[in-house]
Amino acid sequence: MSNDLTRLTAAQLSAGLRAGEYSSEDVTRAHLDRIEQTDSVLGSFLTVEPEQALATARDVDSRRAAGEELHPYAGVPVSVKDVVVTEGIRTTAASRILEDWIPPYDATISTRIKDAGLPILGKTNMDEFAMGSTTEHSAFGPTCNPWDTTTVPGGSSGGAAASAAAFQAPLSVGTDTGGSVRQPAAFTGTVGVKPTYGSISRYGIIAMASSLDQVGPMGRTVADAAALHQLLAGHDPKDSTSLSDPVPDFLAAVEAGARDGSLTGKRLGVVKQLSADDYDAGVRTAFTAALDLAQAAGAQIVEVDLPSLSYALDAYYLIMPSEASSNLARYDGMRFGLRVEPESGPVTAETVMAATRAAGFGAEVKRRILLGTYALSAGYYDAFYGSAQKVRTLVQRDFAAAFEQADVLVTPTTPTTALPFGMEDDADPMALYLGDAATIPANLAGIPGMSLPAGLADGMPVGFQLLAPAKQDARLYEVGAAIEALVSDAAGAPVWAGVPTEYAADAASTTTSA
Amino acid sequence: MKFTEAVAKYDPALGIEVHVELGTATKMFDDAPNTFGGGANENTTPTSLGLPGSLPVVNRTAVEYAIRIGLALGCEIAPTCRFARKNYFYPDLAKNFQTSQSDEPIAHDGRIDIELEDGTIVPVDIERAHMEEDAGKNTHVGGSSGRIHGADHSLVDYNRAGVPLVEIVTRPITGVGERAPEVAAAYVRTLRDIFRAIGVSEARMEQGNVRADINVSLRPSPDAPLGTRTETKNVNSFRSIDAAVRFEIARQADILSSGGEVLQETRHFHEADGSTSSGRVKSDADDYRYFPEPDLVPVAPSREWVEEIRANLPELPAARRRRLLDEWGISDLEMRDIINAGLLDPVEATVVAGAKPDAARKWWMGEIARVAKQKDAEAAELVSPAHVAQLQQLIDDGKLNDKLARKVLAGVLDGRGAPAEVMEADGLQIVEDTGALEAAVDEAIAANPDVVEKIKGGKMQAIGALMGPIMKATRGQADAGKARELILARING
Amino acid sequence: MADGAAITAGQVEHLAELARIAMTSDELEKTAEDLGRILSSVARVTEVATDDVPATSHPMPLTNVLRDDVVGTPLTAEQALSGAPASEDGKFLVPQILGED
Repeated sequence: MSNDLTRLTAAQLSAGLRAGEYSSEDVTRAHLDRIEQTDSVLGSFLTVEPEQALATARDVDSRRAAGEELHPYAGVPVSVKDVVVTEGIRTTAASRILEDWIPPYDATISTRIKDAGLPILGKTNMDEFAMGSTTEHSAFGPTCNPWDTTTVPGGSSGGAAASAAAFQAPLSVGTDTGGSVRQPAAFTGTVGVKPTYGSISRYGIIAMASSLDQVGPMGRTVADAAALHQLLAGHDPKDSTSLSDPVPDFLAAVEAGARDGSLTGKRLGVVKQLSADDYDAGVRTAFTAALDLAQAAGAQIVEVDLPSLSYALDAYYLIMPSEASSNLARYDGMRFGLRVEPESGPVTAETVMAATRAAGFGAEVKRRILLGTYALSAGYYDAFYGSAQKVRTLVQRDFAAAFEQADVLVTPTTPTTALPFGMEDDADPMALYLGDAATIPANLAGIPGMSLPAGLADGMPVGFQLLAPAKQDARLYEVGAAIEALVSDAAGAPVWAGVPTEYAADAASTTTSA
Repeated sequence: MKFTEAVAKYDPALGIEVHVELGTATKMFDDAPNTFGGGANENTTPTSLGLPGSLPVVNRTAVEYAIRIGLALGCEIAPTCRFARKNYFYPDLAKNFQTSQSDEPIAHDGRIDIELEDGTIVPVDIERAHMEEDAGKNTHVGGSSGRIHGADHSLVDYNRAGVPLVEIVTRPITGVGERAPEVAAAYVRTLRDIFRAIGVSEARMEQGNVRADINVSLRPSPDAPLGTRTETKNVNSFRSIDAAVRFEIARQADILSSGGEVLQETRHFHEADGSTSSGRVKSDADDYRYFPEPDLVPVAPSREWVEEIRANLPELPAARRRRLLDEWGISDLEMRDIINAGLLDPVEATVVAGAKPDAARKWWMGEIARVAKQKDAEAAELVSPAHVAQLQQLIDDGKLNDKLARKVLAGVLDGRGAPAEVMEADGLQIVEDTGALEAAVDEAIAANPDVVEKIKGGKMQAIGALMGPIMKATRGQADAGKARELILARING
Repeated sequence: MADGAAITAGQVEHLAELARIAMTSDELEKTAEDLGRILSSVARVTEVATDDVPATSHPMPLTNVLRDDVVGTPLTAEQALSGAPASEDGKFLVPQILGED
């Protein structure tokens, strides 16, 4: 019984709960059991909160029994990336420097989730401060990809993606600064959306790069991602960059997309700069096959040119570390979090700050802070940060021109499928960063993007990325739902259904998640 | 070198940065209360504490106040401006960056006239006025001196963190020679008065609402380029400003005249002896890595808004002073005295409440100021202008004489109610009961036959000798004019 | 530096001071190497960042997001101090502070 409930999508659970087929307590318990059974291998979670989750579930059940009008997804459990601040629940951003931090406040989206009555199962693993694409940079051990536990789930929202893929949670909240929702979604055969910048409040999201960060809904289906996006989106007066536009009806867009013939006349723009040799053959094959299905269903395939794209990665690796270097300055051991005294020499505020940051931050975080410090420093600002901001303008212009010719742009989400652990050791950092080339431009331009499964390559999921103009997130859901249905029909089952559900205890990496 | 020698030998230049804490209800970037006092760390939100995930949102009223300040200083208001992050580590700086404005201030290029005590007008050019946030407060504990060095540890209260500030920066003030100390103090005083007049801050120097950083440099002659400057931080009273400038001019002149070089550095001011001491040498290490605050969007005040603020700007101190001089017909010196005593507001309010300007000035500058000094209190807090006006009205109506009025005032200052109430309660009203007065006069005449003889003999000034006993008998409430009439009637009748 | 020239351990040491991170000499060397590689690549941005291109600091062009000056619910002092590594008398206790800002 309990494992059956974990196989259901959020949409199915929502319907079943409303129909009284089972209680939220049943559903929540089933997922907690599943986490209990699998997470010692997978390591999706840094913190699991069974008591709080069950309390919420029981509260929803009793309110439902009393005939109270509830949010349609009330009682459907959710996992939340550990970069989202949750009052009373340990929030670490997967960093030693916040290892024991219990926030005294809630992120706006935490409040929204609680108000809607979704039990929070726990906080998912990630690369420290969301810096990385493998979740290997978590200070508390890596997360395994449920498709193959010798590979990474991607990152930085690796725990979020793995939890959705492995039936630990039907819905998952991630964040995406340069692809951190879309890339792990691609690696784990799930759906991840990076909304238009400002669609979802950033208040209470531990910042990496303020002008790039965006919360992203994740789930196994396009409809589930849409439902979570709907719940999380909306103006927040506590976030100055929050959009005040009314939130479109994403679920209606999913329904429209799932109807026969919805792709007829839709122009899918294949990005000239992102479709060729940089991709593994398996990825290219799966991507092309999905594209062919779309074309057969009436979509028009056009090629678009984004000439500034080759500079996007460089601009990103200036803007992101610059903003991060400043955002992460507050972790100094004075007001909250870790405090470490120097091993020798005088103990002063200055030396304690330096020792705390040396001990509390991982290597990748330090590297990015120093890179950003350099890029912002006197004499280099114009050449680096200033120029990168100009590239941002060029990328936006490229997208504006491309969207004249196409309704959505399509690319493979990543050049490869999930990589084995340890690939980053001793590698050229810039070569690693290249893996984000397809996802980063959307963050620079603020436009929405989605990754959904295109199929498998050698048994591993391949991500299909859709990009839409700013504020046209609904277009992603419409086209995404259509392609999801085509891929699923062609294979006879949804991609996510093929994931292994039993995980060997001797997986390549043992996790140490708390 | 003595100050007088120093200014004879060198031409001083000043640059003054004034920070004013705005009197908004909430902080610059979050809705924590902006109040002085209260328990430690009780006025914070996640944003003013810089907790992970917290974000800033700009206070509209703070922007309006910044625009008011800009307009009052004759500045142009930028059509659009941005906030930037100034990055440096310090324990009282919750985020380890200060959100400020760097190259895009909300107001720029202004000028104000300041008036020195002798009436000399000195124009001061304003480079910019920009918005920023205050830092928390460190208390140094455990060290012998209580100063930063030698303290075992510090305690930080973030109640002040995020309080809205406007920083006003002058262009170099030159050509003021030996009056530089006076000019610096008068400039800050003028700003203080403007802040109060336009209602953006209580501008209490003693509470640190207004803080000045004073840059001083010397050059051999007015046509030489500006010399190396020092910046004396946080000089917080007019007297200290005067002293700091005086000290720095003398100190730098000593260095220069002995062939040395002035070090570009920040300096600390010491209240006790009016000296400054070396703080920190400015160096290349001061790299604040400014960049546009990505969590805030540009502020672009519409022209309509700016004009609306301009139209509603209260009368500025200089204009008000000109108007009142004209309306009241008092001398320039009398006006300066009132202003220097900080009593223009209550005097004006008393006039508005019906008193004649001369009388209002007399009460405030005289008896009330005297009692305030005695009680070590603010005159304006002891009594309301309405009560002062009422007191004067009682005199004008003949119900009190000056002496009785002072007694009534004493009661009012003791918080015993309005003048009429005190007069009533203490029975201080001038006696109009002729029966009682007649009895007192008769008694005085009977008791002083020698005086009566003198008066009969034509020595009218001898009447005074009878007034004493009469006043004593009537407890001072006799109308002196009436008593005199009665005496003459009795003696000559 | 826009040509992406090498970066020295000495420069990294200065950056680490600005960023308040204590680093060993090995870390300085390794970071210098990493930063050098990254910077030699990212410096390409100057190729297209010509004077006629305006800078974009925010992906969405919003202006005048202002808040009414109304007091909300502040944290209690207890909440404010709840994560403090050390506190005393309702204040955050920090090690002795040397030097000024």
